Amino acid sequence: MDLNYSAEELAFRDEVRAWLRANLPQDLREKVENYQHLSKDDLMRWHRILAKKGWVAPAWPKEWGGTGWNVVQRYIFDEELGYAGTPPIIPFGITMCAAVLLRFGSEAQKKRFLPRIYEGDDFWCQGYSEPGSGSDLASLKTKAVRQGDHYVVNGQKIWTTLAHYADWIFCLVRTDPTLEKRQEGISFLLMDMKTPGITVRPLILMDGAHEVNEVFFDDVRVPVENLVHEEGKGWTVAKYLLGHERMNTGRVGESRRQLARLKEYASGMMQDARWRDRLSRLEVELTALEITNLRFLDRMRRTGQPPGADVSMLKIKGTEIQQGLTELMIDATDPAASDPLAEAVRKRYLSMRKTTIYAGSNEIQRNIIAKMTLGL
Amino acid sequence: MNFDYNEEQQLLADSVRRYLGKAYDFESRKKIVAGQGWSAEAWAQFAEMGLTGLPVSAEHGGFGGGAVDLMGVMEAFGEALVIEPYLPLVLAVRLVERGASAAQKQALLPRVVEGKAKLAFAHNEKGARFALDAVRTRASRKDGVWRLDGGKAAVAGASSADKLVVSAHSEAGIALFLVDIGKVSLQTYRTLDERLASDVVLRGADAEPIEGGLAALGQAVDFGTALVCAEAVGAMKFACDSTLEYLKTRKQFGVPIGTFQALQHRIVDMYISVEQARSMACLAASKADAGGDSRSISAAKIKIADAARHVSQEAVQLHGGMGMSEELKVSHAFRCLTVLAREFGDADHHLARFAAL
Repeated sequence: MDLNYSAEELAFRDEVRAWLRANLPQDLREKVENYQHLSKDDLMRWHRILAKKGWVAPAWPKEWGGTGWNVVQRYIFDEELGYAGTPPIIPFGITMCAAVLLRFGSEAQKKRFLPRIYEGDDFWCQGYSEPGSGSDLASLKTKAVRQGDHYVVNGQKIWTTLAHYADWIFCLVRTDPTLEKRQEGISFLLMDMKTPGITVRPLILMDGAHEVNEVFFDDVRVPVENLVHEEGKGWTVAKYLLGHERMNTGRVGESRRQLARLKEYASGMMQDARWRDRLSRLEVELTALEITNLRFLDRMRRTGQPPGADVSMLKIKGTEIQQGLTELMIDATDPAASDPLAEAVRKRYLSMRKTTIYAGSNEIQRNIIAKMTLGL
Repeated sequence: MNFDYNEEQQLLADSVRRYLGKAYDFESRKKIVAGQGWSAEAWAQFAEMGLTGLPVSAEHGGFGGGAVDLMGVMEAFGEALVIEPYLPLVLAVRLVERGASAAQKQALLPRVVEGKAKLAFAHNEKGARFALDAVRTRASRKDGVWRLDGGKAAVAGASSADKLVVSAHSEAGIALFLVDIGKVSLQTYRTLDERLASDVVLRGADAEPIEGGLAALGQAVDFGTALVCAEAVGAMKFACDSTLEYLKTRKQFGVPIGTFQALQHRIVDMYISVEQARSMACLAASKADAGGDSRSISAAKIKIADAARHVSQEAVQLHGGMGMSEELKVSHAFRCLTVLAREFGDADHHLARFAAL
């Protein structure tokens, strides 16, 4: 048993760390550190810096621009990004749409979309949730009816993150409402956000931020060539994406940085035993998550198999810790303080409540473990 | 990075588990508890399997095992709720290996390996709670002979031991001694987890000094803490597995109660607690072998203490009334985990140490 990275892995980490130190623009780092809003330009500027270095899509096959790193290196890289405080790489294009295209897309689709995703020419968003279909995704109603060379799409998506930035949206739509097994009537469709009939309306969350949207589809004509995989196989695609490598959902690096920030921010409170104990327990939880994450990684590297349903554990613990950090942070803030950082800390506490709800609520993650791992 | 046991460690853990499954099932354990409180037969088997030799150096006929080598054994012991005082032996052996003279070691350790001599670790005193330096037992030297006066409390395994490793204050500070069991008087009782422990009275007890003081005690206790973490993981695994089994078989309202989401989410949280605890037990054992990073070992014990409480309480709750019953092993696991959560320091103690280091 050896819990440490090998010398090569440490050297790799140091290389990534040094490069990030030299190439993460100061203004972006400060925005991230101080919980300031990141504009589309901010996000894309960082995306292009990574693309130029060749590091924006490490998990892709080499022929499409991947780095050829193994699973441990990819994990180290992701965690170092979080630890350094870079703007996030928005996952809808690089991680999600690309994974689907690489697995199910036609050659033409890959050639058309992948290079533009890589370079940051197209900004993607994800059209899954609907007003009546949250955790019960298979109940979705947005329908696509084939008319000649087009699908005509009508319906509505909701909670669509950054749809107001997006050039493209990938959607689950119902192509056959007659089937008894409702999963079988779903298809995976790519749509240009400029297509007539698509309307984006902001949904302002409790922190006042515009991050998510409602997207309406009103007789939207989508060329048949934008169907991914076969008609009626959209659920297979969606399930593939859910089971896709999610080793970094714990976001340990990011939380390590937040913990260090919190310790610095609340340094005057360390004499208070109650505060200290809360902080220590959270640090212990984070360490436990980190090692659990490494255990999964080690297993995956040796068996070649992703850890399956157990990854849900990383999402549950990771998001609970992220929220715990924002809770301590707001508690460390003087209630009378009105400086920008104090304001940002308060808003972040509000905003981070989303983490245990999005990407499969933590209750759904528990259902997954109960069913898949525990056999209940 | 590698989280697996090596082949030898895995083989040993497997053979211990196999033996315990055969000869130390819940019914056999009940008989041992109701009898003299430990099994000579089981101890002979431990020796046969090499467990008594595991912490002993090769020079004295053992295997020189460290915390990771012992981890799989402790996990298996935890699953079976083994009550024989193996951990006290390990700690005493480590202190003897570290500080005893060549002659002392030669006289003692080969017999330990064979299972013919047993040792226990007599450090704790009444009222000390978890303070390592709270030693009031005095050591004095007269005519070249060391004698100890004072008392040790809740010494696990003292009543079956041949010799004790005892801490006492001499003029030079806290020092360590070997004391024959015949030189002390014992008041023996059963602890909450059904093991035997004794209050030890030392009245001018003859003692042989060995090297080592507070630092050696600290290392031994950190090492022991790492092993307690592994043992607790085993007991938690049993509690979680048996609860899962119960959810699948117990029917109410015409269906297995495991179909209820309220219970599913609770067992999932137990499962997560065990996995998180296992990770921290790996950390503690690795650090103990690397010379002991006390902060990490405290971190592990905090997590294990919290998880032990969580998993044991939920295991009883999800078993309903049956969880309270003495007839089910799960209630015994509850008792064991209640003790392990506090062994070598509860969560509060380790939180204070974690923040101070």
